[in-house]
Amino acid sequence: MAKPLEEVMRHPVHTVVTPEKRFWLLDYLSTVDHKKIGQMYVLVGVFYLIVGGLQALLMRVQLFSPDNHFVSYQLFNQLFTMHGTNMIFFAAMPLIFGLMNLIVPLQIGARDVAFPFMNAVSLWFTFVGALLVNISWFFGDAPSAGWFAYAPIGLNQFSPGHGMDFFIIGLQIAGFGSLMGAINFIATILNMRAPGMTLLRMPLFTWTSLVASGLILFAFPPLTVGLFLYMFDRLFGSHFFDAAMGGNPVLWAHLFWIFGHPEVYIVVLPAFGMISEVVATFSRKRLFGYTSMVFATVLIGFIGFMVWIHHMFTVGFGAMANSIFAIATMLIGIPTGIKVFNWLFTMWGGQIRFKTPMMFALGFLPTFVLGGITGVMLSAAPADYQYHDSYFVVAHFHYVLIGGVLFGFFAGLYYWFPKVTGRLMHEGLGHLNFWFMFIGFHLTFFPMHLAGLYGMPRRVPTYNAGVGLEIWNQLSTIGAFVMAVSIVLFAVNVAYAFIRGKKAGNDPWDARTLEWTIPSPVPEYNFAQRPLVRGLDPLWMAKEEGKATVPPAEPLGPIHMPSNSYLPLVMAVGLFIAGLAVIYHRLFFTVLGLEILALAMLYHSLNDDEGYHVLPEEQPLAKGEGA
Amino acid sequence: MESQQTLVNATDRMQLGIETSTLEGRNKVLGFWVFLGGECALFASLFAIYLTLHGQTLHGPTAKELFNLPLIGLATLFLLTSSLTGVLGINAMHRGNRRSLLRWLGVTVLLGLAFLAVQVIEFITYAHEGFGFSTSPFSCAFYALVGFHGGHVAFGVMWISTLMLQLKKEGITARKAPKVFIASLYWHFVDVVWVFIFTVVYLMGIMGV
Amino acid sequence: MRLKNRIGLLLLMIMLLFGLTGCQRAEMSVFDPAGPVAKMQLSIIMISIYIMSGIFVVAMGILVYVLIRYRSRRGQNQPPKQVEGSWVLELIWIVIPIILLGILVVPTVTSAFVLDEKPAGPNVLNVKVKASQFWWQFEYPDLGIVTAQELHIPTGTKVNLQLETTDVMHSFWVPRLAGKTDLIPGRTNTMWIQADQPGQFQGKCAEYCGASHGVMDFLVVAEEPQQFQAWVNKMKNQQVKPASELAAEGEKLFAQNCASCHAVAGTNYKGTLGPDLTGFAERSKVAGVLENNEENLRKWIADPAAIKPDSKMPRLPLNEKQISAVTAFLRSLK
Repeated sequence: MAKPLEEVMRHPVHTVVTPEKRFWLLDYLSTVDHKKIGQMYVLVGVFYLIVGGLQALLMRVQLFSPDNHFVSYQLFNQLFTMHGTNMIFFAAMPLIFGLMNLIVPLQIGARDVAFPFMNAVSLWFTFVGALLVNISWFFGDAPSAGWFAYAPIGLNQFSPGHGMDFFIIGLQIAGFGSLMGAINFIATILNMRAPGMTLLRMPLFTWTSLVASGLILFAFPPLTVGLFLYMFDRLFGSHFFDAAMGGNPVLWAHLFWIFGHPEVYIVVLPAFGMISEVVATFSRKRLFGYTSMVFATVLIGFIGFMVWIHHMFTVGFGAMANSIFAIATMLIGIPTGIKVFNWLFTMWGGQIRFKTPMMFALGFLPTFVLGGITGVMLSAAPADYQYHDSYFVVAHFHYVLIGGVLFGFFAGLYYWFPKVTGRLMHEGLGHLNFWFMFIGFHLTFFPMHLAGLYGMPRRVPTYNAGVGLEIWNQLSTIGAFVMAVSIVLFAVNVAYAFIRGKKAGNDPWDARTLEWTIPSPVPEYNFAQRPLVRGLDPLWMAKEEGKATVPPAEPLGPIHMPSNSYLPLVMAVGLFIAGLAVIYHRLFFTVLGLEILALAMLYHSLNDDEGYHVLPEEQPLAKGEGA
Repeated sequence: MESQQTLVNATDRMQLGIETSTLEGRNKVLGFWVFLGGECALFASLFAIYLTLHGQTLHGPTAKELFNLPLIGLATLFLLTSSLTGVLGINAMHRGNRRSLLRWLGVTVLLGLAFLAVQVIEFITYAHEGFGFSTSPFSCAFYALVGFHGGHVAFGVMWISTLMLQLKKEGITARKAPKVFIASLYWHFVDVVWVFIFTVVYLMGIMGV
Repeated sequence: MRLKNRIGLLLLMIMLLFGLTGCQRAEMSVFDPAGPVAKMQLSIIMISIYIMSGIFVVAMGILVYVLIRYRSRRGQNQPPKQVEGSWVLELIWIVIPIILLGILVVPTVTSAFVLDEKPAGPNVLNVKVKASQFWWQFEYPDLGIVTAQELHIPTGTKVNLQLETTDVMHSFWVPRLAGKTDLIPGRTNTMWIQADQPGQFQGKCAEYCGASHGVMDFLVVAEEPQQFQAWVNKMKNQQVKPASELAAEGEKLFAQNCASCHAVAGTNYKGTLGPDLTGFAERSKVAGVLENNEENLRKWIADPAAIKPDSKMPRLPLNEKQISAVTAFLRSLK
């Protein structure tokens, strides 16, 4: 919050001068700026997207024909375990958090998130968590119990190596990061909106981020507990999940899916939000049924906690439990349907412009609808006995997670890329990127529905020959490579934008929300003057009134900024050391790592950050530049 | 800012709501309530696990044979009283009375330590009666739930002690007040969890439910 | 451009329908049910496909129409009318899905309860299924028979399965007869199956269970009741006589190397750690996955891990000749 200039002058304790410029790498390592943190989240996400994608390609090569021995069965099992883990925890989650960080504060007219320091801690915890899980390859033994690591296959007796330990500890650390991130965004969105932005004037991406953060808040603790117990079982000889010693392996399955099902909504809801922004902007129309969209989002989040048993229909809980959870699952189809039809009717009567972000949003629609309807099909418990753990399920959740999350993410990335970098990506390359991904995707995953119904279980490194499975698997493999090409095209497009991309300006898309009122790239303080919001789509309102931008809610003044700090990185490194040490039962290093963490926390608590102020004359916008 | 605050403290004026007088403070308080929501989910999971596994005693002792209610009652008394002293501390903070605040926080910390001492004695006794961490699923679930709570108490004790150092140095400022306030929220939460543990683990255990 | 993409999807949907008509050789196809359980499940699958295709067609119809009709055109200087929403429309797409889901709920719930029944009575065959990494044991408690990898059942009879595992989770799946039920440590699950016609039905383990999960196959062999009875009688009255000198030598080697894990009815070999080998020569598969012939059997004995990695069966210190002997013995177990 800005303080009146006189007060700043009266108290020379506050540094008024911007601290000296750091080397860019050091700046990023110590940043507490939500935009830079967001960029790093996106980088982490894209990196693991590529890692997970390469793992998927290896699996697809193996499955090109039955009885193939391209990779060994054990390696194949490690590949699908790491593919799932990387894609969900270290690609989807960081990408979602990345875009939330980059955009949510801008959309609500805030200068930063509620807890900038904790934001950096979240990032670095996610970073070292991902690192810990993935370096298991170099310690000779990647986990191979599947991404949901059912007991007892993941317990010591059946997974004697250290791979599972890396998995457990790494996920635990990354989970802490996500939990802190969620708390941060809830506080930010509830407390730091610009004057006049009521809850029902928030852009839909902000709304979905809020609900997704709420889901993280309640979904991650069961996973945290589950992972702790798993760790106790594996490293300290307890018997929570070991049936031979009276424990209960189904308990882990419950804990995992109580987390795991909401997790799907955690990653898909923000994608819905991005689609809503993109569809409204490129149809040049207000989002159709905004209120029911918000309502549907909240409802999906709420029901999302009451359906986890549908992942366990075949565990044998009986007809009553299965029926109840089948009906609850079907109910989710209703708010989801509301969303789909509202998107369609947003475009109805609009002026649709087929820019790359819109192409991804349009590709999202049929794809996600297919994922949704197979979801309803899966919810019918007796039919699910056939689909369960077959390639039909693999097809379904890739339609949701790629068709929903990745297409949504690409729509959002193409949409906001100019805001973040100040450069436009190439439209032609963007369209090519889209078509390769769209065609490659359907070629890969549509046949999997059929492979599943023809009797192919998931997680198999080979399949029965001569029963009609070959053709579907071959189509899938070809499709996977087409998708790989699309990712390469994306990389080329990013490089193009940085080298020769056109300057974006404040508002390259003729958009509607607050983030497009400020320069691209965004200055470190975001808004020289916080805007006054008088309705949904404030920028569009201003345009309708013939004004260039949204009116300010405050006079120009010095802007208080938090200082950079290396402590978040130090804390994460401490936790990383402790995590690695506990896997190898090194008490000294475990204590050392935790000590580093604790001392960093203590240091942060004892030394209040006074921050610094950016004065009006240092704000180019205040001097009329960049507008 | 600080000099102003000390001035205010000296007059011992009512400072109701000092913890939410700045945006930073409001963020802290709201963020902490949100965090407690997540903590509820954490303990709910631990309770669910305990309730699933508490019958699996294998060859180890059962709850009925094990629990020593008077000792637990003493621990409960310590912890519940500490919640009251925590409230008195916040009250003192609102009056701007640093000395009284420090005194009540000190009592709270001591009561927390007393609770931990009783718990350590309890665990050592159990270990001697052949009820270790890995004796049976019951013992695992018991130590996980009660141990997690004990860990929370220990963290709270350290947290409040650190805050006392800061208060001693800097007084009740708009920056410190939200920290003290959320620490007290945390302490109450830990207390409420204990009420559930006392009921679900100990009372129901003794009654053999 | 969008149109092309719609057509592509349509083609894929047609491919799906093509699949439904059963043009493929579909020994494991869900679309080719051979018993009441799988038929019931297929009927729900079909109902849901019809309902959902309807929704898909409507939504995509609107999408295509909107994309053609409301493209931005030259000369549109005014932005379009900003519409907040329409309660009537929004109510429509809340109510219609509720009705459609209501239609789907009825068979879902009724079938869930029918499948959950435990058939009882004199005409029901009870089988205990025991799964281990990476093989299946089938015990007929009322008949006193134990076999492995191949579950023989009479046609037209309800078969009550009791499912247990000795190690990790597995899942029992015979696509043409019934969907899955998991086998979970510390739990006994039940399900029932019935085959209406004789035939061999491929079964798979459908819950990831380790390195060789993908090849943890089994067969369900459904026979007319008389043939089934004949099989039962044969299994109960086994007399093991090695057919040749080689087989006799093989039996000695078997006693030394194999009998601690494998049982053969009618002999003193009572091992229980591995599959029961009674009537092995009559089976159509070696280790559940390879066609049962001499070459494959030799391959399996010589190096089990090459076919099923992490299998508990060790690589025995047998030379070529000894393998031939053991093979001859096993192939004489009729």
